[in-house]
Amino acid sequence: MNYHITHRTLYEYAAPVSVSHHVARLEPLVTATQSRESFSLQIFPEPALRKARTDYFGNQLCFFAIQEIHSKLEIITSSRVTVSPKNSSQNESTAPWESVAEMFRDPVSPEVVDAYQFVFDSPQVRASQELAEYARESFGKDTPLLVGARDLTRRIFEDFKFDPRATNVATPLEEVWVKRRGVCQDFAHFGIACLRSLGLPARYVSGYLRTHPPAGKPRLVGADASHAWFRIFCPDTGWVDFDPTNNVQPAEEHIIVAYGRDYGDVSPVAGILTGGGAHEVKVSVDVEPLE
Amino acid sequence: MSDAENKNSNRDQMSQSQSQSATGDTGFVKKATPESLLSRYKRSAGAFDELLKANGEIFPHYARLFGELEEFGATELARRADACQRFVHEHGITYNVYGDPRGMERPWQLDPIPFVIAPEEWRLLETGLIQRATLLNKILADCYGAQELIRSRWLSPALVFGQPDFLRPCHGIKIPGDTFLHFYAADLSRSPDGRWFVVSDRTQIPTGAGYALANRLVTSRILPEAFRDNHVHRLAGFFLAAQNSLAQLAPRQAERARVVMLTPGPHNETYFEQAYLARYLGYMLVEGQDLTVRDNHVFLKTLSGLERVDVILRRVDDDFCDPLELINNSILGVPGLVEAVRAGNVVMANALGSGLVQSPAFMSFLPGLCDHLLGEKIKLPSVATWWCGQKAAREHVLKNLGRLVVKPAFRTHFKIAEAERDELKRRIEFDPDLFVAQERVELSTAPTWQKNSLTAQPVSLRVFLVADGKGGYCLMPGGLARVSPDSDGKFISMQRGGSSKDTWIPSATPVEELTLLHGGNQNTELRRTGNNLPSRLADNFFWLGRYSERADATSRLLRSALLRFNPERAGGARPLLAPLLQTLEIQGQLPGISTKPELWANAEAFEAELLAAIFDPERAGSLRQTAEQLQRLAMLVRDRTSNDMWRVLSQIDDRLATPPPKQVMLAGDAVGVLNQTLMGLAAFHGLARENMTRAQAWRFLDMGLRLERAMYLCTLLDATLRSSEAENPSLLEAILEVVDSSITFRSRYNLLPTIPAVYDLVLLDDKNPRSVLFQIKQLVKHFDKLPKERSDTASPGKTILENCLSRLERVDARELASPSANWQESALAATIREILRALPQLSDAIAASYFAHSAISRTGRGEM
Repeated sequence: MNYHITHRTLYEYAAPVSVSHHVARLEPLVTATQSRESFSLQIFPEPALRKARTDYFGNQLCFFAIQEIHSKLEIITSSRVTVSPKNSSQNESTAPWESVAEMFRDPVSPEVVDAYQFVFDSPQVRASQELAEYARESFGKDTPLLVGARDLTRRIFEDFKFDPRATNVATPLEEVWVKRRGVCQDFAHFGIACLRSLGLPARYVSGYLRTHPPAGKPRLVGADASHAWFRIFCPDTGWVDFDPTNNVQPAEEHIIVAYGRDYGDVSPVAGILTGGGAHEVKVSVDVEPLE
Repeated sequence: MSDAENKNSNRDQMSQSQSQSATGDTGFVKKATPESLLSRYKRSAGAFDELLKANGEIFPHYARLFGELEEFGATELARRADACQRFVHEHGITYNVYGDPRGMERPWQLDPIPFVIAPEEWRLLETGLIQRATLLNKILADCYGAQELIRSRWLSPALVFGQPDFLRPCHGIKIPGDTFLHFYAADLSRSPDGRWFVVSDRTQIPTGAGYALANRLVTSRILPEAFRDNHVHRLAGFFLAAQNSLAQLAPRQAERARVVMLTPGPHNETYFEQAYLARYLGYMLVEGQDLTVRDNHVFLKTLSGLERVDVILRRVDDDFCDPLELINNSILGVPGLVEAVRAGNVVMANALGSGLVQSPAFMSFLPGLCDHLLGEKIKLPSVATWWCGQKAAREHVLKNLGRLVVKPAFRTHFKIAEAERDELKRRIEFDPDLFVAQERVELSTAPTWQKNSLTAQPVSLRVFLVADGKGGYCLMPGGLARVSPDSDGKFISMQRGGSSKDTWIPSATPVEELTLLHGGNQNTELRRTGNNLPSRLADNFFWLGRYSERADATSRLLRSALLRFNPERAGGARPLLAPLLQTLEIQGQLPGISTKPELWANAEAFEAELLAAIFDPERAGSLRQTAEQLQRLAMLVRDRTSNDMWRVLSQIDDRLATPPPKQVMLAGDAVGVLNQTLMGLAAFHGLARENMTRAQAWRFLDMGLRLERAMYLCTLLDATLRSSEAENPSLLEAILEVVDSSITFRSRYNLLPTIPAVYDLVLLDDKNPRSVLFQIKQLVKHFDKLPKERSDTASPGKTILENCLSRLERVDARELASPSANWQESALAATIREILRALPQLSDAIAASYFAHSAISRTGRGEM
């Protein structure tokens, strides 16, 4: 499936900003099932300094600094991406989850060292015995790994209510758990915390999701949003994605931008400003399927 | 004490304090006493004693020192112990206690008896420590590079990936010379069998070298004979090596390559040490807000613009150094710093990420890693350590929980001490990576002066290494010995009331004396300007000036009010006191006093009100609060002011903080305290005037003072003109007294004070250093010397000042001299009021032009 994705971010500051430094992770990744035909990143005002590089996790990032006085910042990306179907292995035929968890207990075999990084607590995701108990309802004795992950995805979808007003980017996971409410970021974090509490490696994925207009209605331009989900390491096939917000196993409609241990590793645009005061941000995303 | 170790501490001041004690106490006298110092010294049964062998003989390396101490005898030693405390106090050697606002600036504890280590033993420690520093550095280079150690299983991956101190944004950054650890410190202790081992590694911010230096400064002065006769190795060489090593790092090998020391600020527990070391090494001490990144280079914000920084010696934890790429809620760091480091435009010492190998969990891997990386056996063992992330180790720990000390493996938020054993077991089993266990440490004991005798106290030793810039390390010949307060040696912590010792490595022959004053062979470039004052410090100096004058004016007004207040006829004094009180009311020392007429009927209540304005620490604007502000500000500029200035201000605060109990506090006592306060302030202002170079720091201090003085003076002059008793000579006398101009007045006029004569003297006479015009003219002079923002436009502050000046010059002497029925409406009163309005604007204009701290804000931990 081919997509043309436009992502605009506009910051409007209450007070002038004299200097700002930013890190943006907006460029879709190239993976086994995703290719990137083109990508452009425009920044207004023009940064005094702009550097692209690959981060620790292999994501493309752009560091930029604006050194002129400005009161708004606009970032526009435009990408052409092709997503091909994953070779869908049968969840039922994957190894029992305990045997996978065992691979990630010391000593760890060198082949899985890279995945091993994603077993540990990260700043926004802490494992706990309580979450391990929650997860065990999906991961009964000898449950195949991906059957358990699929069931966990379903339960998060059913047990939690999507509510953009309940949380913000700073809401700790513990509060999401108590409220049983949140947005895609919270559900992804929650899924990751459950898996890590069982000793299984799990990654946070940020990206986009194709949305379908209601039957008979035209597609609304710019009505899409950034999206987030998680992926789990499966020794047979590598990383496999699950989207608890939509209760699906992503196939051709999820576009991956970046992955990390949690949201903090991959936030699309982070910045530190001198001045600025309060600010407002407007984001619009458009995922346009191309025939 | 070598010259080198003396550098940058105010030498005049030091030799002065030495001569004071010498003349005051007729010098140090050697006197033999029949009773040996060691008659009551007891070796503890289970521990190694540093002084006495098992058979009770003194170890040879202590013999010379103890020979001399025995000659002194207990009385003389007690006197030197007193001198030791006095030196510590006089040099302002302090440390801060976290979370205790009253505990700021605690005096440092120093035991007068040095810790002595035999030179041959020291050489063994030296090779072991250099090996260890080299090893830890290599481990860091691998973890932040190829990660071969992880892949080849020399290192458990969890130790790196699971550790918050593994800073992923710093992975892959090219580090000059692969030197991560420019500084390394280790805590050593000696087991009962006499072997040394490492208890902890310090790689994040190896603190303590400055305290070791301060201890040396004091100890070499109280035991000068022993210091000389033992040929104690000097510390200066270590600091010289540090200077050279940092200078070599500068990406810009220019003569003006700038090294700065980055501090978390005055509340940090070792702020004293930071200021002390920064001075000694000749580096500017800066906070994160003093630095900015432009074009991927780091700059220092100074009054005259941005100045490039090449090397940052950091005393801020690495994850706090850049809020953009590292911990996101830090305000201590510099946004964009990591990218500037990545580009090679600035070098951090220690490298960002160095905290990783500080984890005690690494200790159990070091012997294997040493074999593997260096091809050598490890020379200096660590305390026995088990990291629970490994199965066998975990099982051992769980079986021996009662016997071992369990600690967090990584820097973390949780505390273990409170956990019950079963709870601990459960936590270890759930997340074993987070725990290490260590053998309980049995410390050796060393002779310590306590309650007028020598006792054996548990000690540990912190030692310091610096990279020599050629791939090796150089060990400081000495260290910071720390003494446990309790004899079971459970805690060694200055935070818990421990003490410290100088550490001596004696030599058989005289040692080389080095100095930091001549760092190289190049010619000295002479500099007369001090244009590099960071804006933040300019701000602090300005307010130091303002508060010092505020204290002065407040004391004078309160003193005059107390002297004039007569309880016998309280009501009668009212009109005469009103302008003084009104001034204090407007300036915030006696808020709302004019709305409390009942005070005039009750002399006691009135007096209590005045006393509260002096002593009450809770009362906004009280003299006591002003004195505290002064001390706080002085602390903020401590690395830029002399010890004398610091001491004078501490004394003012001490005096106000310890008033006699309330019931016996009389107005007369209070006047005495005010007199002393005024003397202290006079000393402070005298020191500022006579001892500070006429650079920007002094200029901003004096500007603050002038502005504040003009403000109080105009308020008082205005209040007087509004008073019904404006022409009363007694009231005018009071003004002359407050303004310290009575004598001048009497020498000029042989008559009772009148408004024209008094106002001419205190408002318009530019020869009178207390007059308003004098203050304004001084301010104009200062403004002319300040760096200009833009040369084409007059600065707003200058415009304000010129308006004030022309208003004052237009005051008509004849109008002033002619009697007026209505002073309140006179042109004179209008002029004073206009200046009163202008002064706060002037203060704002100065702040806007020169201090301009912009708040930092952040965006985008994103939007879903």
